[in-house]
Amino acid sequence: MDLITPEYGLFVWQVVVMIILIFLLTKFAWKPVMKAVGEREASINDALVSAEKAKEEMANLKADNEKLLQQARAERDEMLKEAQQMKKTIIEEATEDANEKAERILDKAQITIESEKKQALAEIKSQVAELSVQIAETVVKKQLDNKDEQMTLVNKMLDDVKLN
Amino acid sequence: MHEIFELILSQQFMATHKSSKITVALMLMLILNSFSAFAQLDTEEVIDDSFNPTEMIMHHISDSHGWHFLGEGEESVTLPLPVILWTDKGLTSFMSSEFHHDVEGEYVVESNGQKFVNYHEKIYVLNEGEEALEFDEETHAALNANRPFDISITKNVASMLITAILLVLMFLGLAKHYKKSKAAPKGFKNILETLVIFVRDEIAIPQIGEKKYLKFMPFLLTVFFFIWLSNLLGLLPGAANVTGNISVTIALGLFTLVLILVNANKDYWQHVFWMPGIPTPVKPILAVVEILGVFTKPIALMIRLFANITAGHIIILSLIGLIFILETAGVAAISVPFALFITVLELLVAFLQAFIFTMLSALFIGMAVQEHEHH
Repeated sequence: MDLITPEYGLFVWQVVVMIILIFLLTKFAWKPVMKAVGEREASINDALVSAEKAKEEMANLKADNEKLLQQARAERDEMLKEAQQMKKTIIEEATEDANEKAERILDKAQITIESEKKQALAEIKSQVAELSVQIAETVVKKQLDNKDEQMTLVNKMLDDVKLN
Repeated sequence: MHEIFELILSQQFMATHKSSKITVALMLMLILNSFSAFAQLDTEEVIDDSFNPTEMIMHHISDSHGWHFLGEGEESVTLPLPVILWTDKGLTSFMSSEFHHDVEGEYVVESNGQKFVNYHEKIYVLNEGEEALEFDEETHAALNANRPFDISITKNVASMLITAILLVLMFLGLAKHYKKSKAAPKGFKNILETLVIFVRDEIAIPQIGEKKYLKFMPFLLTVFFFIWLSNLLGLLPGAANVTGNISVTIALGLFTLVLILVNANKDYWQHVFWMPGIPTPVKPILAVVEILGVFTKPIALMIRLFANITAGHIIILSLIGLIFILETAGVAAISVPFALFITVLELLVAFLQAFIFTMLSALFIGMAVQEHEHH
């Protein structure tokens, strides 16, 4: 029966020891330990989350880079195409322009030539007329002298004209 | 006795938990309990003049005023411990060695004008004018003496204090580590930290819940480590049987009871006194059962711990005692390996009982603070 008869002294001691132990350990051990463990767990979780985030960001960055590269490539192609186009149009335009200018110059030249020709013809005509008048004058002056002489004169004059 | 324990245990378990871990624990306990019943029967039947196994076993598992290591009588090696008594004439104290190893009430110690004797590790103060203790074996009562309030540092108290000091040293060391670095500690401290996390994640949070567990962590941690370390130290040769003492387990069970009573919410009391959702005539009947249940829970806790630890000690002592009962050294070939096996098993039981006590305390507290969903 001794085995299951409680001893008050031991009971009191156990209660006292337990209360002191709970108080001491709570204040100096459980609280700091629990806090440190909790903080460590939180920091590990944070680290994991941020690692995951970094990974995601990395992937995003990579995708962004890829996209940028593709865009750049597309832009370059576009630019090349545009340049080609521009070159073509510039050449075309230049050719057209040159043609136009050449044509205009030719036209102008034609017109000038025409007017020069007309002028020259008019001058010739007037000279011919003058010459004719001179010839006629001379002929008239020597007309009556000799028939033969007249003829020679005319021929001579005509030769002169030819020489002119 | 053990059948009653088992009944309480099994009912408790059926009602509260179905986890496989618990089932294993229960089976182990039942095995151990039946072992101890068998052992006790065995030892009681054998009566030998030269060797009394019951006395030997009782001596080993009971508390005493001195810490006996080896030898017998005057030649024994015993660490004297202070005897502190609260008598009618006030507080008095002397060392246990003053009894000169006498536990038959023959050696009288005088202190503070009073005469004291140690009768089977119970201190009696002799009535005024008496010179020797007269004891009635039939009624187990002293005829001319009474028992003072004995708050001696007995073997169990000393062991308890050693456990407490060890715990404080161990965990203050662990706490100190965190002041230096935030990293996980190494070696022994890492084991301690793992166990702290074990109590938190496997006991407190699942049983009490994420919201309220923190408040009960100090008690659960303290009780877990105290019981475990006491159990382990109790397995050492010559050590005290602290957790196998009913006074100790009563105190521990009382802590759980007080925590339940103080922290129980309205829902809990309603479920105790006026269970909702059942026909009104049944309610008073159930209230009686539930009120009983409030007290049987911690009682089951205290008996379980006491019975398991004591039973383990009794088995080991019985197996060793077998050698002396049969007076053949040959028996040692069987009983020593068997005792060794039981000792190793006790290492497991030491943890298991600490775990179960803490686990069930957490479970009962969890039940008391749980927010019920109203249906």
